[in-house]
Amino acid sequence: MYSPTILIEAMINGLLTGAIYALIALGLTLVYGVLHIINFAHGAILASAMFAVWGLNVLAGIDPYLSILVVTPIFFGLGYGVQRLVIGPAAKGDDGNILLITLGISIFIENALLAGFGSDTRSISSDFSFSVIEAGPFLISSPRLVGFAGSLVVTALLWFIMSRTDAGKAIRAVAKEKLGASLMGIDVGHVYALTFGLGCAALAVAAGLLMPTFYVNPRVGGAFVNIAFTIVVLGGMGSIPGAMIGGLLIGLVESLSGLLLGESLGQIGIFVIFILVLLLKPTGLFGAKA
Amino acid sequence: MKLVETHLKRRTILKGGAAALATLSAPAVLRAAEPAPIKVGILQPVTGALAQDGEYGRLGAELAIEDINKAGGIKSLGGAKLQMVFGDARSNPEAGTQEVERMQEEGVVAIVGGFASPICLAASQAASRYDLPYLVDVGVSDQITGRGLKNTFRFAPGFSICTAAAIQNLVRINEAAGKPAKTVVLVHEDGLFGSGLAKLMATELPKHGFEILEQIAVPTPSRDLSNVTLRLRSLNPDLIIPSTYYGETVLLARTMQQQRVRPKAVYAVLNGAASNRRFVAEFPEAAEGVMDCNHWYDPRNEKSKAVQARVEATGKPYNYNIPLNYSSVALLADALERAGAAERGKVIEALNTSTFKDHLMPYGETKFVNGQNTGAAPVSTQVQKGQIKVVYPGVFADAKPMFPANG
Amino acid sequence: MRINGYIPIILVTAALAVVPLVSSSNTLFNFMVMSLIITLAAQGWNILGGVAGQTSFGHALFFGVGCYTAAMLQFHFGVNAWVAFFLALLAGAAAGFILGFLSFRAGLRGSYFALITLAFAELMRILANASEWTGGAAGLLLKLDPGLANMQFESRASFLWLALAFVFVGLVISRAIAGSRFGAHLVAVRENEDAARALGVDVLSVKLKAISLSGAMTAAAGVLYVQNFLYIDANIGFGVWISVEALLAPLVGGRGLVLGPLIGTFTLHGLGELTKSFAGRIPGIDLMVFAVVLIGVVAFASGGVLGLLRRFAPRLARRIAV
Repeated sequence: MYSPTILIEAMINGLLTGAIYALIALGLTLVYGVLHIINFAHGAILASAMFAVWGLNVLAGIDPYLSILVVTPIFFGLGYGVQRLVIGPAAKGDDGNILLITLGISIFIENALLAGFGSDTRSISSDFSFSVIEAGPFLISSPRLVGFAGSLVVTALLWFIMSRTDAGKAIRAVAKEKLGASLMGIDVGHVYALTFGLGCAALAVAAGLLMPTFYVNPRVGGAFVNIAFTIVVLGGMGSIPGAMIGGLLIGLVESLSGLLLGESLGQIGIFVIFILVLLLKPTGLFGAKA
Repeated sequence: MKLVETHLKRRTILKGGAAALATLSAPAVLRAAEPAPIKVGILQPVTGALAQDGEYGRLGAELAIEDINKAGGIKSLGGAKLQMVFGDARSNPEAGTQEVERMQEEGVVAIVGGFASPICLAASQAASRYDLPYLVDVGVSDQITGRGLKNTFRFAPGFSICTAAAIQNLVRINEAAGKPAKTVVLVHEDGLFGSGLAKLMATELPKHGFEILEQIAVPTPSRDLSNVTLRLRSLNPDLIIPSTYYGETVLLARTMQQQRVRPKAVYAVLNGAASNRRFVAEFPEAAEGVMDCNHWYDPRNEKSKAVQARVEATGKPYNYNIPLNYSSVALLADALERAGAAERGKVIEALNTSTFKDHLMPYGETKFVNGQNTGAAPVSTQVQKGQIKVVYPGVFADAKPMFPANG
Repeated sequence: MRINGYIPIILVTAALAVVPLVSSSNTLFNFMVMSLIITLAAQGWNILGGVAGQTSFGHALFFGVGCYTAAMLQFHFGVNAWVAFFLALLAGAAAGFILGFLSFRAGLRGSYFALITLAFAELMRILANASEWTGGAAGLLLKLDPGLANMQFESRASFLWLALAFVFVGLVISRAIAGSRFGAHLVAVRENEDAARALGVDVLSVKLKAISLSGAMTAAAGVLYVQNFLYIDANIGFGVWISVEALLAPLVGGRGLVLGPLIGTFTLHGLGELTKSFAGRIPGIDLMVFAVVLIGVVAFASGGVLGLLRRFAPRLARRIAV
């Protein structure tokens, strides 16, 4: 039906988009793996990070890629604070409460963005946004290539933090055995906040990589949340390499099924995968046993 | 114009004042004689997914109320002022109906607004229980005026009027240019208006010699339109017809520019971005030459120019929601004026017999048939040198169409 | 069956039922109608998510099935509204059974179950948005034709009583379950599935019964929605909003408790109306206040409104909260 050139280019597009999805899913899977909570505020936090990137560009003329260096530490701090000061104390460890609180936070953030920035859809336009690399018959978008590379770097970095540093070891210990870890003298509240902070930091990077080709409005996060859930499930809840592989796979599936079934109905492909994985192998590709 | 209005105003007040003096001869009554304000419900989604449009709609209604009051209110009612009762529809039909109930309780004489079709459907139905006149501002679904509700009016063109005009304008523009465009790809959002539009286009356009190469549905929100662009590149149509919301159009235009897809023309229909000034300002290159058949104000109308200047002075773009809501409120004021009473039945009657002309739109005389203003029609606009110009029909045009767009 | 346990239910229902007699505010009635519809959806959620402990993020699936079954039967086949209503209940139960059969047999629990419900609801949303049968994205519009036979009412009060009758039935069913052997099994499954199985409870069958009942109740809410608004589209029927509403209310009111969904819905929606008064020129402020209050309620009233009652008025709580 389609020429091989189109199919290959669609696959390249899928992989490039999938890497960004993976980055968004990273924070979700990390928080799930350690805190065992499903963070409903994930999309809203992404939207606020995107506004931060946009704001720095418009107000201070800072390039979106450079602004990652500014926004990431801020969002790490914010995430740390929110978990430590709001979610942790208010939830008291109850799953239902966490659900309500993250939902409350997302309503708050979304409407704070609405009140602060208005409802307009905004975007950043620079020459780089439109630049392409010509490779034979393919036109590959440079900003998306940067996004792809950035996402791989962040995944590797996060994986390194988790497996090689003391903080990472503490996080993994808490994820596995909360009580045991706290008996060993690990400050569980601190570790939780650290994890939440890392999740938010990953979102901040994603925001910086997205803004050159995407737009932002207070509700933009919703577009990415469902897909991030799917990736988390596919990759295995809590698994970092799983999120990356899952992201790339989903990007590929979305792209091809969009091409073959139409963009609109093509979304079904994603949910079918989601459901099949859950029914057949709920631990996902890389997940630990549930 | 202004002079006459001020003069009229003074005279009405004097007359009212004199009458009051004559009957009660107490100076304090002078102020009491000012008639009670007439409450008008303004319903817009200012939070949630549609907040962007709702804000513009509210602004338009506010400006109209301000102007009407400045010009002396409703003269046949002793210069009664209009008072806005605002309701946030929160971008969903349930909240819309709740606000209708509240407005009913506050005693509004009519409701204007709604923006989205589902909100308009639910809200006008809720209002119909009270024979409360409901003026739809934008919602294009044909079902809105097709239900036989006596209270529901739409000043703007509905879906079938828009599409018929869009096709007609396109055919005429193409013919005038010597039929450069033959092949077409439709890119449409998969919701209420996009799907219906694509279906209609796909049956109508071939009758006029166009060949539809493909129809591509995209979800709202879309995360990525690279593949759509990819297909556009390989199909290489003369004409691309996108009917999508703002975000998707931004993505599409951006990706098309990046992937160097340059059709002879982009002819949007009821598109969320192609006649949006923010889009043109943020993506001058991608927007250049894009045509849209959409709601648009009359560019030569002096009153519209004045409103535009006021809106732009506040740093906001003069998007079509503003003149549409402005005009709808003015239409209501005219009906009140002729009804001579703030009574719902009389207002509905006055709307039914309306021949209102003093609006900001390129419509001519208002004439309601089953609640739809049959005098309404969209116009075709084009982005030319960073400006949105009306290019068709000629009577309202302030520029000639550039077709094909890139020479 | 002790009649005693039903007294609070009867009292609450009676109190709500007299509202149209003492007030004439249609704003209030409309508010109550919408709240009662949500309550019914939340009661469905509460049986599965509250009593049986199977948290669902996708009750929109059942709500939408109810909406569309009722609407499509009337629209395409001219089926009587009441007949359509009963068929919609069956469809909701069937949807619950199928979803449960697939996911419980695969052993899905906790977040995994929650996510699969979400996925099914989203799948249906996309399908309903694309199919001709469901009216596609344009949705289905039912003819306005008030009359008892059509399950449409001219007066808001009549519809309020209808919705209240449904909620009352929901309360009675919930209460009956709470005092029954089936209810005890549900709680056993919630507290410890493996232990329940060891004690001889047929876990799969118990869960399937719960999800079917849950599906039927939430589908009933969908029917009420359609009969009230006479319009349905994919985002209303299968949208995330109703999944969230159905789960939020029992959590706020008191998870797993008979009156939890009712109290939760009225608390939340009442709060929503109250915070509207904060809405000024800047949109969003009122919803920010709402969110802060919500978080505050969760932080200071663990176990929901009824949990709070338990702490401060234990005797009263024992009487009404089963």
